[in-house]
Amino acid sequence: MINPAGDSVTRPTGWQGFVNDWSSDQRAFKTASWGKAMMWIFLLSDTFVFSCFLLSYMTVRMSTTVPWPNPSEVFALEIGGKPVPLILIAIMTFILISSSGTMAMAVNYGYQRRRGPTAALMLATAAFGASFVGMQAFEWTKLIREGVRPWGNPWGAEQFGSSFFMITGFHGTHVTIGVIFLIITARKVWRGDFDVEKPGYFTSRKGRYENVEIMGLYWHFVDLVWVFIFALFYLW
Amino acid sequence: MSHAATQGSAHVEGQQHPIKLYLIIWFWLFVLSTCSYLVDYFHFEGYLRWFLILLFMMVKAGLIVAVFMHMAWERPTLIYAILVPPVAVLVFVGIMVIEANYTLLTRLNFFFPGS
Repeated sequence: MINPAGDSVTRPTGWQGFVNDWSSDQRAFKTASWGKAMMWIFLLSDTFVFSCFLLSYMTVRMSTTVPWPNPSEVFALEIGGKPVPLILIAIMTFILISSSGTMAMAVNYGYQRRRGPTAALMLATAAFGASFVGMQAFEWTKLIREGVRPWGNPWGAEQFGSSFFMITGFHGTHVTIGVIFLIITARKVWRGDFDVEKPGYFTSRKGRYENVEIMGLYWHFVDLVWVFIFALFYLW
Repeated sequence: MSHAATQGSAHVEGQQHPIKLYLIIWFWLFVLSTCSYLVDYFHFEGYLRWFLILLFMMVKAGLIVAVFMHMAWERPTLIYAILVPPVAVLVFVGIMVIEANYTLLTRLNFFFPGS
């Protein structure tokens, strides 16, 4: 580890390190940059937002006297005349996981300063994300045609529609924003902005390849939220 | 800032791990997702279903946070600052379970009196 003066320092690890970091009267996150720490704190706040959505879904589902529609049947698709349960959701899950994989590799190539592979993998991630949103649009269209509304549906408890549109809609919005920022960051990588430390347009902070990792944190978080939605909304 | 200093900061603040590690995690996420899908496909019910769904969910979430988001290599300061606050959500879950059960009870009393 190298401190700003260029000297090598060793910091205590474990609990001693934890106490030292917080009581140092300096920056607490010694090895995480400002940008990374702020992204983590933003993701923490986003965790609470999604937690509240999932909690309200849990509350309405537990307290309704009307049977909850069976997600396994609601989200089934007919393939070859036979209904396959949850198949689209499973495909969407695999797509999002794959996008996380390509993103992780993009971060790796970014730190190796290999612009080509980094930008290409980020664009692949964006393409996966865009196809995910496309499938979500397809799913919404199908359900709306079948009569699902935020205030009711043909199969059971009214709260199903409002929970579904709120939770998946908010997640889809996150994916969409992620795709946009992936494309912006990939363009910066491709132009070589991070090699010449070109300042950001809004932040005026020096561009660094760490920006790719911070972008990756956001993207993995989107995948992480989907893990919880998949388990708690679709499988439960 | 000189080129050497830039590279130094990339080494201090950045995270570099072998691609192979990411591919292994990627593979396991695929396996675990398939498992959770099969829970639905084979119609496991009751506590077994709940247990398996939550188990696969937590393992997947753990792998993503620890490896893809590099949390495993951060200092404890950041780990605890980010991972401890969500415990409050679990408390909130507990409160809302009690609340939802109470709401259900009053609804049953109102809609189906005497049952």
